[in-house]
Amino acid sequence: MNLQRLHLDKTLFYALLLLAFLSLVIIYSASGKNISLTGAHLVRLALGFGAMLLIARVRPESLQRWSPYIFGAGLLLLLIVLGVGAIGKGAQRWLSLGLFRFQPSEILKVGVPMMLAWYFARGDLPPSLPRIAVAAVIMLVPTLMIARQPDLGTAVLVLCSGVFTLFLAGMRWRVIIPVLGLVAAAAPLVWGGLREYQRSRIQTLFDPAADPLGSGYHTIQSMIAVGSGGLYGKGWLNSSQAHLEYLPESHTDFIFAVFAEEFGLIGVLLILALYVFISLRGMMIALYAQDSYARLLAGSLSLVFFLNFFVNVGMVIGILPVVGVPLPMMSYGGSSIVALMAVFGVLMSIQTHRRIVEQ
Amino acid sequence: MLNIPLKDYFRETRLFSSRLTIAGAVVLLLIIVLLARLVQLQLISHRHYATLARANRIKPAPIPAPRGLILDRNGVVLAQSFPIYTLEIFPEQVGDMAGLLGQLGKLVRLSETDLKLFHKQLRERSRFETVTLRTHLTDEEAARVALKRPYLNGVELQARLQRHYPLGGLGVHPVGYVGRISEQDMKRIVKSAYRGMRHIGKLGVEAVYEDMLLGSVGFEEVETNAHGRPVRTIERIAPVAGKNLYLNIDAKLQALVEQALGKRRGAVVAMEPKTGAVLAFVSTPTYDPNPFVNGIDAQSYKRLLDNPDKPLINRASSGQYAPGSTIKAFLGLAALELKDYDPAQTVTCPGWFSLPGDRHLFRDWKKLGHGAVNLHDAVVQSCDVYFYRLAVALTPEGMKDFLAPFGFGQRTGVDLPDESAGILPSPEWKKARGQPWYPGETVVTGIGQGPILVTPLQLVAAISALANGGVRMQPRLVRAAEDAKTKALSETVPEVASEIPLRDKGNLQTIISYLTDVVHTNKGTAYWIGWNSPYKIAGKTGTAQVKGVGQTETYVESMVPERFRDHALFIAFAPVDDPKVAVAVIVENGGHGSSAAAPIARKVMDYVILGKTQSPAPAAVRQENDE
Repeated sequence: MNLQRLHLDKTLFYALLLLAFLSLVIIYSASGKNISLTGAHLVRLALGFGAMLLIARVRPESLQRWSPYIFGAGLLLLLIVLGVGAIGKGAQRWLSLGLFRFQPSEILKVGVPMMLAWYFARGDLPPSLPRIAVAAVIMLVPTLMIARQPDLGTAVLVLCSGVFTLFLAGMRWRVIIPVLGLVAAAAPLVWGGLREYQRSRIQTLFDPAADPLGSGYHTIQSMIAVGSGGLYGKGWLNSSQAHLEYLPESHTDFIFAVFAEEFGLIGVLLILALYVFISLRGMMIALYAQDSYARLLAGSLSLVFFLNFFVNVGMVIGILPVVGVPLPMMSYGGSSIVALMAVFGVLMSIQTHRRIVEQ
Repeated sequence: MLNIPLKDYFRETRLFSSRLTIAGAVVLLLIIVLLARLVQLQLISHRHYATLARANRIKPAPIPAPRGLILDRNGVVLAQSFPIYTLEIFPEQVGDMAGLLGQLGKLVRLSETDLKLFHKQLRERSRFETVTLRTHLTDEEAARVALKRPYLNGVELQARLQRHYPLGGLGVHPVGYVGRISEQDMKRIVKSAYRGMRHIGKLGVEAVYEDMLLGSVGFEEVETNAHGRPVRTIERIAPVAGKNLYLNIDAKLQALVEQALGKRRGAVVAMEPKTGAVLAFVSTPTYDPNPFVNGIDAQSYKRLLDNPDKPLINRASSGQYAPGSTIKAFLGLAALELKDYDPAQTVTCPGWFSLPGDRHLFRDWKKLGHGAVNLHDAVVQSCDVYFYRLAVALTPEGMKDFLAPFGFGQRTGVDLPDESAGILPSPEWKKARGQPWYPGETVVTGIGQGPILVTPLQLVAAISALANGGVRMQPRLVRAAEDAKTKALSETVPEVASEIPLRDKGNLQTIISYLTDVVHTNKGTAYWIGWNSPYKIAGKTGTAQVKGVGQTETYVESMVPERFRDHALFIAFAPVDDPKVAVAVIVENGGHGSSAAAPIARKVMDYVILGKTQSPAPAAVRQENDE
């Protein structure tokens, strides 16, 4: 198979394939040997790889042209979701498209960095203050909309994707530092704006034992799962925490805990290495990209991928609050996998459509 | 492409590279944070979390041990345990208790008593324990609850072993019963021995032999899921069933005696003189112990408490009575043992006695007196005047010292709780209570009145000592304990309680011959049970005054309200030449010992010796020789 002709980056492709295989192995165990659920995950992986293949063929110049439209479409869908959510009650993240449902916020995880990269590529870098202000609006509007759903985890990721783009675009330190100071000053305001359950999740982080059956339950049970795995783990299909249902969300958000319990620190090191490898490979692609748009986008997407991984694992091992962020690729869930594979499609497109220019 | 403004390509690339390098460094830093945390969880604190994971999934569950059976000497079951369905509530899991009880009320029958008991237990229970709502669910009710169980949080359907007394009130006083472990019980028991158990012996053999009957709790390590459902059993330590106890009591004899006493209040104890084995241990009225097992409701309990016949009292070992003339059997022996005392010397009985210099008259039960009587005649005819004089001759201290080895004034040490010691008085004893000893008390002690009090059990042990050559055996209810698994029997060894110190062993034969004449000569007070007996009986009648009779009054039984009538007593053993059984009978307010008490003793002896019941005696004999 000529991967180059398919516009696939060989290194990245094999790493993703390995990750996909591991995800099937662990979902089978975490779901309690549920064949149909594992099958559904396989279908989604296939869909994701299909999306990746498709997007990889698109030239980065086309992606650049489409960027504002993708961003705009994402915003529109978000508005629809918010509108529907206003009628229904509680969190509204899903948009039903007949056969399947998807979260428009996933589009914006790609849409925001695309839009910002497109915007920055049109001017000089590092960006001037007015351009930074415009960029801030571009990233804050969808962030706030997603936060209102409410989906704090995704909102943070979307915001960070914008922040990473800004940072990579070369926003000057003399601007970065006052902005950070401002954010720190505004933290109490943000705290006041959080919902009760969101606050308790953050408080739980510092003292999970305070409410072991309530908000602390997830963290405690997942730490028990990870810790009891030890160095070698309990072996595949032997996660007592997941199989006896002590660990909630074991095949979705907390799947890393199942992996850690069954394969121990050794298995965890492998997974960690794989994720870091994929992140660094993405950053390499960004480094070798040939124009501003491509490298800003590739760099930002790679960093968001890593952040996504870090936030999930941090939540599982009890160093970050419990926010509903899935583990990329591993967690069971449709739109997140397809969106993620689309990201890798973009990275591959950037990598395989380089003009041969020696620097 | 040409109209795109020229950008400083190299500067931008350098800037981007440096920013990406910083980002890469941060990525590596964050990975180190993750690694550090993972090492901490999976290596350093691994044991801690492994323990937590194990504690999560493995719950040790106690397996209650089946309580030992209680059987009579022939293997008739007196107390057993059998499985029943109980409906239990785990209050910690219930949000709306009233609503839940309403729902359950539609599935099973819940009486007001059930609900009252439930709420009472709810207040008294310790945390994380289930509370019983209903016991003895029918199969149909159990099926209905089982069906709805998944939708009812905190409801448990359990199969538990329930104590049951198949013969009801028969032998309730010796057997006793179990009841729920109370807060007071909790303070004295070893809690681990009672894990998963709800009942404890409260009375009788059930209480005294608690340790043997209990057995030891088994344990099961069960893997449970997050919803508390057992998934599989990992380890199991089987419980050890409690020991089965065989009593010396013969349930048939017990029933026979209960029937003979009928509605009268009284007590009968039958014992083997040679071993101390208690063959019958009856106190009437009896009551059904079964309602006590799961907690009797307040109303029924109050009815039992307020019953003027006091069924809850164990009259046989806790009831204290004046021995009346039965004491003459022992004081007669004391006379024989007395130095410089001639038992053949006659005393004239005019029907009354008075102390020198005192005008108080001590009456004989026979108004006109017995005429000239020696010791033999006085015992046979139960002459009071003779024994008034004898008592003075013996002195109060002398009587006390002689009676003490027979076990009066002290607990027999029978294997039952709450035994009374009775009272064996002396001037010293009264002085300790700040009261003087009156000379008249010496006189009435001679006929078993005054401060002296005995229990029916003491009486039977004392008469057994006469039957057993002066060796008093300790009464025993339990004959043997049987290992439920190996069926190995360990029998209780007969124990000597005391030996009566005698100057002349021949005196024992003499008093026994007198007591035989009480039953078998036509002047004897118990002749009407002896005239047709195919074996020889030695016995002594007694009548204990309940209400004092004034100096000039005459006691006429029919004119006295029933509660103030005299208690009827009879003690005996048979056959005289090889005693197999001794009996003590007390019929409260029964009137005369010979007519009310002796026939019951005869029935017991017939049962033991002949294995049959006796036909009633002709009325003529009865009238003539009534005490």
